[in-house]
Amino acid sequence: MNFWVRLMTIDRRIIFLFVVIAVTIPLFLNISQEIVVSTEVQTGFDAFSALQPGARVLVACDYDPPSSPELQPMAVATFRYCLDHDLKFIIIGLWPQGPQQANAAFETVLGYPISDTITYNGKTLIYGRDWVNLGFQAGNELVIQRMGSSIPAAFPRDYRGTPLEDLPLMQGVQNFNNIDFVMNISAGYPGVYEWVQFGVDRFGVRLVGGTTAVQAPLIYPYYGSGQLLGVLGGLKGAAEFEGLVGVSGKATQFMLSQSFAHVIVILFIIVGNVAYFVGGRKQKKT
Amino acid sequence: MKRQVPLAITAVVGIVYIFQYFVPHEPVSKFSDWFSDWFAIIQAFAIWLGALNLMKLSAIKVARRKRDWIYSLVTIISFAIIVIVGLFFSGGTDFQVRGTRFMYIYDNVYDPLSSTMFAILAFFVASASYRAFRARNKEATMLLLAAFFVMLGRVPVGDMISAFMPEGLRFSNVADWVMNIPNMAGQRAIMIGIALGIMSTSLRIILGIERTFVGGD
Repeated sequence: MNFWVRLMTIDRRIIFLFVVIAVTIPLFLNISQEIVVSTEVQTGFDAFSALQPGARVLVACDYDPPSSPELQPMAVATFRYCLDHDLKFIIIGLWPQGPQQANAAFETVLGYPISDTITYNGKTLIYGRDWVNLGFQAGNELVIQRMGSSIPAAFPRDYRGTPLEDLPLMQGVQNFNNIDFVMNISAGYPGVYEWVQFGVDRFGVRLVGGTTAVQAPLIYPYYGSGQLLGVLGGLKGAAEFEGLVGVSGKATQFMLSQSFAHVIVILFIIVGNVAYFVGGRKQKKT
Repeated sequence: MKRQVPLAITAVVGIVYIFQYFVPHEPVSKFSDWFSDWFAIIQAFAIWLGALNLMKLSAIKVARRKRDWIYSLVTIISFAIIVIVGLFFSGGTDFQVRGTRFMYIYDNVYDPLSSTMFAILAFFVASASYRAFRARNKEATMLLLAAFFVMLGRVPVGDMISAFMPEGLRFSNVADWVMNIPNMAGQRAIMIGIALGIMSTSLRIILGIERTFVGGD
């Protein structure tokens, strides 16, 4: 077997080793990269930053731990922006793990475990008045539809079992007309698709979608038609959003590893194609 | 009756949901809200049904000592621990509050294990890319070029490499063009096709022409 053919059938453990090196070594380097903000992230941020203090933001966390490396930084940046600009936020989840992931993201912003009264940059925030977590509700897209007519009917209690009428932030919140903005961070179904189809199309919700890099290409048509105000796609989208919010979070830090990993994969693809053409020709000659 | 009742329920619910989109006022909206609430309850039970079915299959595998039965035993034990801890040893309805035993298991077992399983995919994607992305023909070459530009355009190093090029040809701008023009066009076509298919299938189900879900032909 000649060299080129052996190169085409290289043991995949060698590729794994290079990927490990590409991902881990940058974690110990202190190299900063310029992250250029794309249009779809900028327009999403512009819509978000147009909210006035006191506005109600619904943060729908529809993801689980496997997707958290890409999506958790988006949630962290969202909560940080809300706290910095006095926006009230309501957490819900159409995925069972979503509300827990949201709490973990909120704690990352605070730097300590959540309690009913928290302090952030000199401000005192009270659960139920400044933020609530309504937890998970089964029903997928029909929960969104139900929220369109009655949010208290879709979520009669918060994630701790407290009735909605006992939460000051939820007083007067009947449906999406009482919600100023929706940030949906999703890893699949139910997610951005369903929020656009049932929330935006039916009830005129103002929506920005954050998704994994795999799902991002699928929702571009909704951005192109104006149904989505912005798209945060994958780790790069999260890093861009962090930059706009004004923080250097996990997404920005991990972009170096992603850069190295992408370059390694591209180099392997180039090597594989060179081996294919050169090795294939030599084989034909013999 | 065994087939007629489910078909009748399907027809009524389907027609109400179509109708309420165009007439969102009472009393039509009351029916759709009622059905939505029922769906949430049924789906919650379906989650339990799925879990219990998994337990039943795992138990059968353990009882009959089938191949890899030990993993089924781990599944049963893990399920039991999390359910019992969540229901009885985590403060009742406050089980999702930080500091409970349930959240300890979530943060220290479930979160790292499920993240690790997903992270393994990165290695297989790299290996599969190496073997699959070969410029064998025109279509494969186009796919390869699109992957090249999008992969490099989606990381900052792509702009560093192409900094000497005119702005419109830099990798990030080319990647944006690929996503916003050909990708968007293709996705729109796929979405419309899927939507038409869903409309057609849904109509067949509502009208009772498609009966496979009740065991018909």
